[in-house]
Amino acid sequence: MEKLIETINLYTDFHTFEGTVKALNGVDIFVRKGETYGLVGESGCGKSVTVRSILRIVQSPGRIRDGKILLYFSEENKEKSIDILTRPETYMESVRGSDISMIFQEASSSLNPVFSIGEQVGESIFFHRLPEILEAAIDQLKAEVSKVGNPLTRTWKSFSLRMLEKELSANVAYDKTVAEIDERLYLVESLASDAQEKAQLISVRNSTRKSMPLVNLVRKIPFLRRYRKILDTIVTGRVVDLLTELGVSNPTAMVKRYPHELSGGMQQRIVIAIALACHPRLLIADEPTSNLDVTIQAQILELIKELKKTKISSVLFITHDLGVVAEVCDRVSVMYAGDVAETALVRELFAKPLHPYTKGLLNSVPKVVQEGQLNTIPGIVPNLIHPPSGCRFHPRCPFVMDQCKVEKPAYIEIESDHYVACHLYAAKGETK
Amino acid sequence: MSENLLDLRKLKKYYPIKGGVFRSHVGDVRAVDDVDLKIHKGECLGLVGESGCGKTTLGKTILRLHNATSGRIYFKQTEDEVERIEGLLESESPADRKEASRLLKDVDLTAMNGADLRKQRGKIQIVFQDPSNSLNPRMLIKNIIAEPLLIQKLATAKEVDFRVDELLKTVGLSGNHMRRYPHEFSGGQRQRIAIARALATKPEFILMDEPTSALDVSVQAQILNLLKQLQKDFSLTYLFVTHHLLVVKYITDRIAVMYLGRIVEVAKTADLFAHSLHPYTKALLSAIPIPDPTTKTEKIILTGDVPNPSNPPAGCRFHPRCSYAKDICKQVEPQLMDAGEGHTVACHRWKEI
Repeated sequence: MEKLIETINLYTDFHTFEGTVKALNGVDIFVRKGETYGLVGESGCGKSVTVRSILRIVQSPGRIRDGKILLYFSEENKEKSIDILTRPETYMESVRGSDISMIFQEASSSLNPVFSIGEQVGESIFFHRLPEILEAAIDQLKAEVSKVGNPLTRTWKSFSLRMLEKELSANVAYDKTVAEIDERLYLVESLASDAQEKAQLISVRNSTRKSMPLVNLVRKIPFLRRYRKILDTIVTGRVVDLLTELGVSNPTAMVKRYPHELSGGMQQRIVIAIALACHPRLLIADEPTSNLDVTIQAQILELIKELKKTKISSVLFITHDLGVVAEVCDRVSVMYAGDVAETALVRELFAKPLHPYTKGLLNSVPKVVQEGQLNTIPGIVPNLIHPPSGCRFHPRCPFVMDQCKVEKPAYIEIESDHYVACHLYAAKGETK
Repeated sequence: MSENLLDLRKLKKYYPIKGGVFRSHVGDVRAVDDVDLKIHKGECLGLVGESGCGKTTLGKTILRLHNATSGRIYFKQTEDEVERIEGLLESESPADRKEASRLLKDVDLTAMNGADLRKQRGKIQIVFQDPSNSLNPRMLIKNIIAEPLLIQKLATAKEVDFRVDELLKTVGLSGNHMRRYPHEFSGGQRQRIAIARALATKPEFILMDEPTSALDVSVQAQILNLLKQLQKDFSLTYLFVTHHLLVVKYITDRIAVMYLGRIVEVAKTADLFAHSLHPYTKALLSAIPIPDPTTKTEKIILTGDVPNPSNPPAGCRFHPRCSYAKDICKQVEPQLMDAGEGHTVACHRWKEI
């Protein structure tokens, strides 16, 4: 299967008062089309920072220092990749929520308490799918305008129709210009020719606006701007459809409610609805169930598995619960202190883990059939302002060698689809 | 039969809801409703349930951190003695009931006050969920651990340093950690300090209120092993409140399952995991994510959420979510019934399903 998104040698730093926290230390991961990919690790190991880097929403004082994040979104050309770190912010705006969307850990804090559910779910449809909505509205109005007898109503409807058409043409023109600039940027990049031209293109892309002076004027006038009401109705209809698909009972009443009226499980469903509103290619779920009870967690996991079959192509699932990983993921990476320690198919990882940290982690979870004492990993997660030299796991590793203390182990493919970063297996990788 | 350290009888904790212009009493949140539970000496009893089912409230009521609305908590009484007092309480004659309430003053934690209660408080201790909130950030570790020793007058000022040092060593820290502040420690170490503080007064009973849910898996294993070791060394009794069922399975001897303020099933741990009787327990157990991709269990997915405890469903509280519910479940509230070998269950239809 082809890759959908890939990070190459990603470094992210946080510049704090106490020093630079080297949160990511050369992360190489990729997500394939159609798979559920898991990222596991203890808190502070860089799971969330990795996905925040992918969406370029690392909070200040964080910075992406080095590396590449490649998106393989083109349908025609499978090899075509776009490095989003070199793209302007306006490009990211068109990606977030549309191609890649994210579910955050705490549903209650990622919903805005002062907007109704309908407004919050509809927001991303408004932002990313405006031309579609405009077309639907125009079709609807065209059908109505001929039937209306009352001349006043007819005038109003035909005025609305004209406004919507103007808005649509401005949007289409904007999208076309932007697509052309993006295509040009890609060419410039792949030829690696002109740095100056690239900078110019980026500034042009950032400054491009939708040109619709009349519409902008009308939208400032209180009574006239009500022509857009029809858009709200259409979006609300779509939101209701979406909520029905997600198994929310009584969706028509739900769109008028506010987040505080809902239970935790229902809030999480709404957050999932927001993420799915534009049918993303990749859904990033950052610990979506860790604040929920087991029975509600089972409901949400079942929902994500179900949606995986019908709506979304790939899921990147972050969790610290190895049980959840075993249930939902196809392939997993284990992270430790900003490094990817091991990546394998889920069955393979649980059956024969290679990296000492993975082994320790698997042994320290209580099993269904638990014999004797739980094994523990001695020591604590290191401080990433002064991370250990060489392999970052070496102070806690039972198989530590001299080499581990000085040299960072390479991340190599031992068997097909089984990657590990450990000196114990370096020799084996070379012979292969 | 083993001796009971704690014996809860008809324990209730209601939180009043105030409403209207005059803030009058309009209803109750029935957080804990008619709980009967025996905690044997030297065992680790797990208390599991979803959030909002009242498990933490039950624990804190036992400690008198909350005052019970009604009910009795017998501490270190023999079965016969408890039955005698319960009999007196239910008797017709006012003299007997007066006698009972006189007796209760000495044996019932809910009826104790002042010096008596303080004396007992040394014997019952608690470890809270989040160690970063339960340790005072402005106190030295030494003072945090010494505080209960001084209040309970278990050590003189001269001995304190020695005792604190000893306690820190029992939980796997060293004496030179004494002059530091909580923020200098990691989550796992802070939880160790909280455990040392709970151990300071040589308690017989410790309430563990989700002690590992704020910790990472590798640290969680360290703490669980420590707790097991301490239980053996000091012959402690634990009430282990948690929602993480695999942790419960690892550490407990018996489990009580709670749903919406009531105990629905009590059984030995192995027994409960092998053949649970209550439909809620079955759903709860099947919902555990198992850290092994090769086993695929059939999941029972419950629909809906936990109902509002201020207005619990009539009859069996679980019936709106239960797939086995019949008419009787909607009308009559089931009581805990004995299903043999110390396995009790509150369900009308446990024999059939």
